[in-house]
Amino acid sequence: MEAFLSLANGLSVAIQPMNLLFALIGVLLGTAVGVLPGIGPALTVALLLPITFKLDPAGSIIMFAGIYYGGMYGGSTTAILINTPGESASMATALEGNKMAKAGRGGPALATAAIGSFVAGTIATLGLTFLAPYLVDIAVSFGPEDYFALMCVAFITVSATFGDSPIRGLTSLFIGLTLGLVGIDILSGQSRLSFGIPELYDNVEVTTLAVGLFAVGEALYVASRRRIEEEKLEPVRGSLWMTKQDWKRSWKPWLRGTLYGFPIGALPAGGAEIPTFLSYSTEKRLTKHPEEFGHGAIEGVAGPEAANNASAAGTLVPLLTLGLPTSATAAMMLAGFQQYGLNPGPLLFAERPDLVWGLIASLFIANGMLLVLNLPLVGLWVRLLAIPQPWLYAGILVFATIGTIAANPSPVELVMLTAFGVLGFLMRRFDFPIAPVVVGLILGPVAESQLRRALAISLGDPMVLLESPISATLLAIALIALILPFVMKGLGRFKAVED
Amino acid sequence: MTTTPHRRIDAAGLVIALLLLALAGLVWSDMTKLQILSPYDLGPKVMPIVVSIGLVLLAIGNGISAFRGDLPARDSLDWKPIILILGGLAILIILIALGWGFMIGTAILFAATSTAFGRRAFLVDLLIGAGLAVFVYLLLGKLLTLSLPAGPLENLL
Repeated sequence: MEAFLSLANGLSVAIQPMNLLFALIGVLLGTAVGVLPGIGPALTVALLLPITFKLDPAGSIIMFAGIYYGGMYGGSTTAILINTPGESASMATALEGNKMAKAGRGGPALATAAIGSFVAGTIATLGLTFLAPYLVDIAVSFGPEDYFALMCVAFITVSATFGDSPIRGLTSLFIGLTLGLVGIDILSGQSRLSFGIPELYDNVEVTTLAVGLFAVGEALYVASRRRIEEEKLEPVRGSLWMTKQDWKRSWKPWLRGTLYGFPIGALPAGGAEIPTFLSYSTEKRLTKHPEEFGHGAIEGVAGPEAANNASAAGTLVPLLTLGLPTSATAAMMLAGFQQYGLNPGPLLFAERPDLVWGLIASLFIANGMLLVLNLPLVGLWVRLLAIPQPWLYAGILVFATIGTIAANPSPVELVMLTAFGVLGFLMRRFDFPIAPVVVGLILGPVAESQLRRALAISLGDPMVLLESPISATLLAIALIALILPFVMKGLGRFKAVED
Repeated sequence: MTTTPHRRIDAAGLVIALLLLALAGLVWSDMTKLQILSPYDLGPKVMPIVVSIGLVLLAIGNGISAFRGDLPARDSLDWKPIILILGGLAILIILIALGWGFMIGTAILFAATSTAFGRRAFLVDLLIGAGLAVFVYLLLGKLLTLSLPAGPLENLL
């Protein structure tokens, strides 16, 4: 009941004209960057951070969430029409979706993706609405040592447990943690890893890191292997509408996809890849048309698409209630909160209910907007794919550099951007995951301050971490999550169930 | 992703392991210069200690993978586009550092990147890049009143 009341209050915030406008801008931008290869929602939020600094916090955060949801919708369009998914979350969609498009059934594939995303997004946002107050109640009783242990769980699961290689994932995380050390330590006033460079005293900017890794790194990587890739855009042929048969085959996968996506997204396990591939393999097993799988089965589009949208909503559960980002985009949204001095968590629910519930209510609105924007207007979005690749990446780099310099007007910041770009390129080339670096940079300092608070209270006795039952349990979970991928070689093969 | 393991030592992997080791050394030596203010705990030293120990362990882990040749297969590398893009970025940084504003450098970066992606119309792209720079300047600098590095060209607008 309490949740309904809060949601109603939130709705009154969300339907204010300015906030509706921000939501609309968010979903438009999100769909556009989802459709375009090379830019994702994380990069877009990163680029917008400096620009939105002077705007109203509620409005910009509503816009960021719109970008997140919109990116999930837009990614499916690219995955279906050209076989290169804009995001890893859309990889499963591309398997069957692109086959459907080649067989002239691109319309129904896009429709089942959009409607499935809407259904899943709405159910999952309802889940967020009812789950959030409970988690907030639990989180209130957390001490600093419990928070630190919780962050350890997130660190491990985001980087090690489900990736291709736990060592490479952890390496990425520790690069992020190292970058998080740079700058003046707030508690003692001493500078760390700054080497007398003034720009380094106030920490490595999250914006600069994310833009460097995602924009510059991606551009370098794609340019270096341009001749290897070839892309072919399938025109949308035939009716956009789904037949009765299509509906019948789609609704169960939508619901099952939601059931995978929301809980896995809500656990600090990170990423939408696992639920989408779980959904794909489930649909493949349960289908009454096994002969169609591999040649364009609609269930194989409906399920994963629902799963990836549901997981996006699920990711917001730990982000809003605990301040834990479990994906690159969630990490950037956390940076968005932080730039206004807001810290997601139980306190935010108590202090700024208008903002939190306004955001949650606006997610329902954004979902509705996205359905309208994506189904009838899909032809418009497809035209974005006609932008020649050289101009697209040149434009991305121009916005990346100007966005960085607008946030911190100093050439040193651009040198750092370039360095992070080279780092991003090397990490892509050697198959190190990118998201743990960003999560490490943002969450590292938070984890450090919780750890030091815990140690200060215990007068420096590290056993405090094991004496709290919550913290001890969470650390045990983190340890298991760390050891598991070494013992059971290939939890990462969740990703490899394509065949 | 599970190709047959090639039993060759991966030189690049060893370089990565050495770099991680060097990074760990850097973090550790920086940590030793910190002062502890509280008599009870390690304060600002805790996290650098944790991070540098972690980096050493990961350097060992990466080194082992390199010796076993566990690294993923890599495509052949085309250096020319990388040099073009990094060159464009370098020119932009130098021009801004010299106080020439960001527009000229931005236009050059646009054209250089576009060339790196295979277009052969440098002058046309230079003009497009300049147009984009003017648009962004008007949007961010004038409309949202963010401070962008200004040079002679920006002051004309």
